[in-house]
Amino acid sequence: MLLYYARIAWVSILSNWFLSLLMVTAVGLGIGVCMTIVTVNYIMGSDPIPNKSSELFYVQMDSWDPNDAFREPNEPPNQLTYLDAMALMTAGQASRQTASSAASLILELDQPDLKPFIASARTGFADFFPMFDVPFLYGSGWSKAEDDARSQVIVLSKETNERIFGGENSVGRTLRASGHTFTVVGVIDDWGPVPKFFDITTGPFNEVEDVFVPFNLIVELELSRSGNTNCWKPSADGFVAFLNSECIWIQFWAELPTAAEQEAYLSYLDAHVMQQKELGRFQRPLNNRISDVNAWMENQRVVQDEAQIMLVVAVMFLFVCLLNTIGLLLSKFLGRSQEIGLRRALGASKATLFAQYMIESAMIGVAGGVLGLILTWVGLRGLEGLFGDFIANLVTLDWVMVASAIVLAIAASLLAGFYPTWRACNVAPAAQLKAQ
Amino acid sequence: METGPILRALSRNKTGALLIALQIAFTMTVVVNAWYMVGERLGNIDRPSGLLEEDIFYVSSTGFAEDFNIKVTIEEDLLALRQLPGVVDAVTINAVPLSGGGWSMGLRIDPGDDTQSWPVAVYMVDQHGVNTLGLNLVAGDDFDVADVEWREPGQTSWPDKVVISQAMATAMFPDMDLNNIVGKTVYISNDEPVMISGIVEKLQAPWSGWNSIEQSMLVPQKTAFSSVRYMVRTEPGRLDEVIPRVETTLLNLNDGRLVRNTMTMTETRERGYLLDQGLATILTVVMAVLLLITAVGVLGLASFSVRRRTRQIGVRRALGATQQDILRYFLVENACIALIGVFAGALMTVGLNAWLVGAMSFPKIQWGAIPIGMILLVLVAQLSVIGPARRACGVSPAVATRTV
Repeated sequence: MLLYYARIAWVSILSNWFLSLLMVTAVGLGIGVCMTIVTVNYIMGSDPIPNKSSELFYVQMDSWDPNDAFREPNEPPNQLTYLDAMALMTAGQASRQTASSAASLILELDQPDLKPFIASARTGFADFFPMFDVPFLYGSGWSKAEDDARSQVIVLSKETNERIFGGENSVGRTLRASGHTFTVVGVIDDWGPVPKFFDITTGPFNEVEDVFVPFNLIVELELSRSGNTNCWKPSADGFVAFLNSECIWIQFWAELPTAAEQEAYLSYLDAHVMQQKELGRFQRPLNNRISDVNAWMENQRVVQDEAQIMLVVAVMFLFVCLLNTIGLLLSKFLGRSQEIGLRRALGASKATLFAQYMIESAMIGVAGGVLGLILTWVGLRGLEGLFGDFIANLVTLDWVMVASAIVLAIAASLLAGFYPTWRACNVAPAAQLKAQ
Repeated sequence: METGPILRALSRNKTGALLIALQIAFTMTVVVNAWYMVGERLGNIDRPSGLLEEDIFYVSSTGFAEDFNIKVTIEEDLLALRQLPGVVDAVTINAVPLSGGGWSMGLRIDPGDDTQSWPVAVYMVDQHGVNTLGLNLVAGDDFDVADVEWREPGQTSWPDKVVISQAMATAMFPDMDLNNIVGKTVYISNDEPVMISGIVEKLQAPWSGWNSIEQSMLVPQKTAFSSVRYMVRTEPGRLDEVIPRVETTLLNLNDGRLVRNTMTMTETRERGYLLDQGLATILTVVMAVLLLITAVGVLGLASFSVRRRTRQIGVRRALGATQQDILRYFLVENACIALIGVFAGALMTVGLNAWLVGAMSFPKIQWGAIPIGMILLVLVAQLSVIGPARRACGVSPAVATRTV
């Protein structure tokens, strides 16, 4: 039965192939444009660490200028000062915590044929790796003892290990970085959370760093820092003065699985600030905040305004395409009023006709969906061409998106087909037959 | 005019007309807002940076050898670079306009931490800065050799003189003649005095999306950092030939360093406005496709309505209506629908814009854009109906005598 209806629909689609093509194109374009934009938004807004995102908290404390908020309306600064980050590390009030910051190292190698190169580095504490579920290929992260001893240890990314050691297990080997000797303790496997949630201050969709070293070495070896530094108050000359200044440059994460721990941590932060107020720091009103991963991504507007504007445009675009399809289907079905009248007179029930025309709409929807998927793929490649590396992490189609594109297309065309079909089924047979 | 009968006929077949009017309204909403955004972004891209961009490139030098002497190397490098054939001038500079990375400070007219402060981008250069960047000095003087000092890592003090951009000068001293602004003392880092010794016509900050993009200053300092950036201005048209020469010269002078990240100002501009340019391209494509779809929709529904009214047209022709009358009927009918559409579209355009302005960083559209959008959509609708309407003119009066 269904097969028979499908065959009738196919004949009908072919009999007016130009109109059918127009409809498929309209649905396909609508779906294509919409899904291209939705895909980018979906990846931008996706949860980078789904099984732990509600347990990891970004810590903010308002150490900013008493006269001006860091960002209106009264937002606390997006990073911490060295003084505060170290106080939180020493207190160790969370089950796991890490201060973290970006740096760069010049890697020199024993092999004469390999030229020295600059590697981007992430600094952190021992907890960084278990906190963020970093997968290891060889070895592991460093220990708390190595943090305290300021050991010169290094963890390499998979690519960096390929580049330097040809991909073999390099744990225990040494390399020279910015004039110091480091021992490799681990090599991580492919790891690239999107967004790069643990540090979005230099862009939320950057690549993960080439190497990882203990945070304390920034101080110990005066490594060259990268990333953003913001100061509201001038600091005195020299590195020690910088460390003791009100400049913010450190991200701080705490793992707080239960509500009780979160509450306790916030009151600890308040106590820390109250104590610092007595020393003349923190002259703004108490304004501490902990945000879980997704709240932090939202606060920092990781899904950019441009992407949201494009989403609005894309949805309206799909809507226009649907209106178009409704109009074209209406023309098509009502153009067959006489045939419908005749069939009704010969005994076809309204339900039968309804089913037949809805199947025809659905078939156009499937065709439109397939075309839409192709156009989505073309659109994403086009975005890649326009934006290059900038967006490379954002333009991949996964099965969820492919399935939603097809479902959206069929749903859209059924919706579009509903009114024309209903109109067509309500053609009065007598009025059509009279003229014959 | 037969608007009366046309409207009455329309009211008997509301659905088709409504579909077209809605399409026109939505299309207009998207097109006017998107057009405005494209205009704004492209306008940003067209702003000059103040530099002679086509003749300028820059390259980073990062020392890593243990015996790497920063200051000696920089002096040697600059001396050698400035003598290279094809090079007009060269400087060390801490940041590059449009590159997205740099330093900013605040300047104050009155010292203190609660007086008004004007944000300003900082470029550290020596006495060759104005010449290398190709800036136009409109008041005061360029730096002198004696003004230039080293800036050590971690140093926070500033030199005595600065050269600021004209936009910075007029922001701080709105009604003052430029020549009188020269010589004024302003305050950096809350209370450290610096004197404005010169004003350049234009010099943009490194951040293309910054609100204060035109506010910048040059300070006479050479950065004694292990990683420095040389900016080089070549003679017109000799950029491509000079770049490799500069790279080899630097490596020959001292190989205890990495020479990397060579980039021309032209590339920097493209990267700096990548998002804006890309967005403008996408929106333009979307607008064009959307207008096309609407045109096809109007065409489809108009053909349908012509086909359905073949008999009626024949009867009118038989009763004496000319071909022009029939043509006019369809054009006027279409115009009526389009007008309903564009008036609804005008309301929706304003509504969407108000929402976008409130929720995101979106430009507020000017009123003039709305009538232009309305005219555009009515024109598109009229053009798409011409085909079917001409077919309607061709209907023979004899049709009236046939029973379908």
